[in-house]
Amino acid sequence: MRLPRWFHQLGSPPHVYRLADRLAPWLGTLGCALLAIGAVWGLAIAPPDYQQDEVYRIIYIHPQTAYVAMMAYVVMAIASGVGYIWRLKVAHAAAVSAAPLGAWFTFCALCTGAIWGRPTWGTYWQWGDPRIMFETLLLFQFLGYMALRSAFDDRDKADKVTAILAVVGVVNVPIIHYSVEWWNSLHQGPTIMRFGSPAMTADMLWPFLTMVLAFTLTFYWLLLRRLQAEIVEREGDARWLRELAPEGAQ
Amino acid sequence: MRAFNAVFTRDLRVAFRRWSELAHPLVFFIIVVTLFPLALSPTSAQLRELGSGVLWVAMLLSSLLALDGLFRSDADDGTLEQLLLSPAAITVTVLAKVAAHAVVTLVPLVCLVPLAALSFNIPLVALPTLVLALVLATPTLSVLIALGAALTVSLRRGGSIVGLLVLPLTSPLLIFGARATDLGINGEPTAAPLFLLAALAALALALGPIAIAAAVRVGLE
Amino acid sequence: MSEFLSMGGDGAYVWSAYGITLATLIINAWLVRVKRGHALRRARELATQTEAPRKQPKVHRVQ
Repeated sequence: MRLPRWFHQLGSPPHVYRLADRLAPWLGTLGCALLAIGAVWGLAIAPPDYQQDEVYRIIYIHPQTAYVAMMAYVVMAIASGVGYIWRLKVAHAAAVSAAPLGAWFTFCALCTGAIWGRPTWGTYWQWGDPRIMFETLLLFQFLGYMALRSAFDDRDKADKVTAILAVVGVVNVPIIHYSVEWWNSLHQGPTIMRFGSPAMTADMLWPFLTMVLAFTLTFYWLLLRRLQAEIVEREGDARWLRELAPEGAQ
Repeated sequence: MRAFNAVFTRDLRVAFRRWSELAHPLVFFIIVVTLFPLALSPTSAQLRELGSGVLWVAMLLSSLLALDGLFRSDADDGTLEQLLLSPAAITVTVLAKVAAHAVVTLVPLVCLVPLAALSFNIPLVALPTLVLALVLATPTLSVLIALGAALTVSLRRGGSIVGLLVLPLTSPLLIFGARATDLGINGEPTAAPLFLLAALAALALALGPIAIAAAVRVGLE
Repeated sequence: MSEFLSMGGDGAYVWSAYGITLATLIINAWLVRVKRGHALRRARELATQTEAPRKQPKVHRVQ
C-alpha cells in the first residue's frame, strides 16, 4: 500500500532525531509548567472533599500516573509492531525508550495508590482491588519486556522478539482489566472496597484534567529525549552524527 | 492435516522416549500442593477456602517445568529448521507441537488436580466444575507456555525468564479458573467464568500460533 | 500555612504521595540526561576513531 511521505521520513533516524530536538523543549516546558500549575491548583485552590477531606488530593496525581503507564505500554506495543512489520529501527528504538518510563510510572502509580489506600480504607495494600491488581500485572509485563530484551546479545533479534511479546502483552492488557473488574464484582460488599474516588465537581475536574495533560506531555518529553539517546546509540559512527553540534545539557 | 498428524505423533513419540522426564511436572505439583498445608497448617474449613487457589497456582507453576521439549531440543539438533522449511504452514506445525505438549504435560496434570482437590476437602459435587474449568484453560495455557518457549528458544539460559514472561499473561486464566472453582464449591452458578475461559481458549488458539511461529522464526535466524 | 501543610491531619499521606511522584519525574529526567550524555560522548569517540587512522587509498598499478 502507498504510504504517505511523512511515514517514510519517520523511518530515517536523523530526521526523527532532529524532529525530536525541535519538539522536546516545547513538550518539556509546557508539561512541567502545567505540572506546577496543576499541583498548586490541586493542593491549594481546589476545595476539600466532603468525604475524604484533604487526602483526596492524591486524585490529582495517582490516576494520571496510572493512565500514563498504560499509555506507555500501548505506545511500546504500537511502536514495536510498526518496527516489526515495516522493519523500522527507529520504531524499535521508540519501544525500547517507552519501556523503562512505563515501568517507573507504574511503580509511581502503585506507590501513590498504596499511600492513598491507607487513610481511605485502612490498609496500604488491598489484594482484591482491581486497580492494584491491574497495575501490578502491568508492572510485571514491563519488567518481563525489559528482562527479555536484556537477555539477547543481538540487538535486532531482541527488537523482534520483544516486539512479539509487546503485541501479545497489549492484547492481554484489556483482558486483565476485565478479569480483575469481574473478580471484584463477585465480592461487592464492605470487606473489599473500591478505591475511594470522590464524585468530581467542576472545580475538581479542571485541575484533574490539567494534570492529565501535564503528565502526558511530560511523558512524551521524556520519551523523545530517551528516543534521541537510543537513536544515537544505535547509529554508532554514522556520518550524520558527526554533524551534531557538541551537545551538553538538554 | 497430514502435516499436523505427522508432527503431532512424532512429538509424542519423542516425549515418551524420555517418559521419566514427563513425571517431573507431576511430582513438582504434588510437592507444591503438599507444601501449602505444611506451611499454613489450616483447619479443614480453611483448606476448602484456600484449595482452589492453591491448586490453580500449583498447576500453573508445574506446567512451566517441561518446556525444553517444545522447541529447544529441536532447535539444538536442527530439526526445528527442517520443520520450518517444510511445505506445511508453520502455524499448523506450531499448533501440532502445542497440542502434543498439551497432551504430554498438561493432560496428566489436569488428571491429578481433582485428586489433589479431594485432599483439600473440596466436595465431590464441585469436581465437575473444576475439571471443566481445567479443560477449558488447557488450550490457552499450552499456547502461552509455547509462546514463552518460542520467545526464549535462542537463549542459552532462557528458562529463568520464561516464568516472568508467561505468568503475567496467564493471570486472567488464574482469575477465571480459580473463581469458577470457588463458585462451584459454594454451589453458585459458574457459567460466566467458564464461558470466559472458553473465549480465552478460542482467542489463544486463533492468534497464538501466529505469534509463536513468528517468535520461532526470529529465534532461529 | 501550617493548616496547608498538615492537610487536615493527613499531611503525611498527601505530601509523601506528591513527593514520590515528583521524585520519579526528577529521577527519570536525570536518567534521560545521563543516557543522552553517554550516547553522545560515545558517538563522538567513534567519530574521532574512524577519522584518525585513515590511510591513503592504495593505488593499483596495472603493469
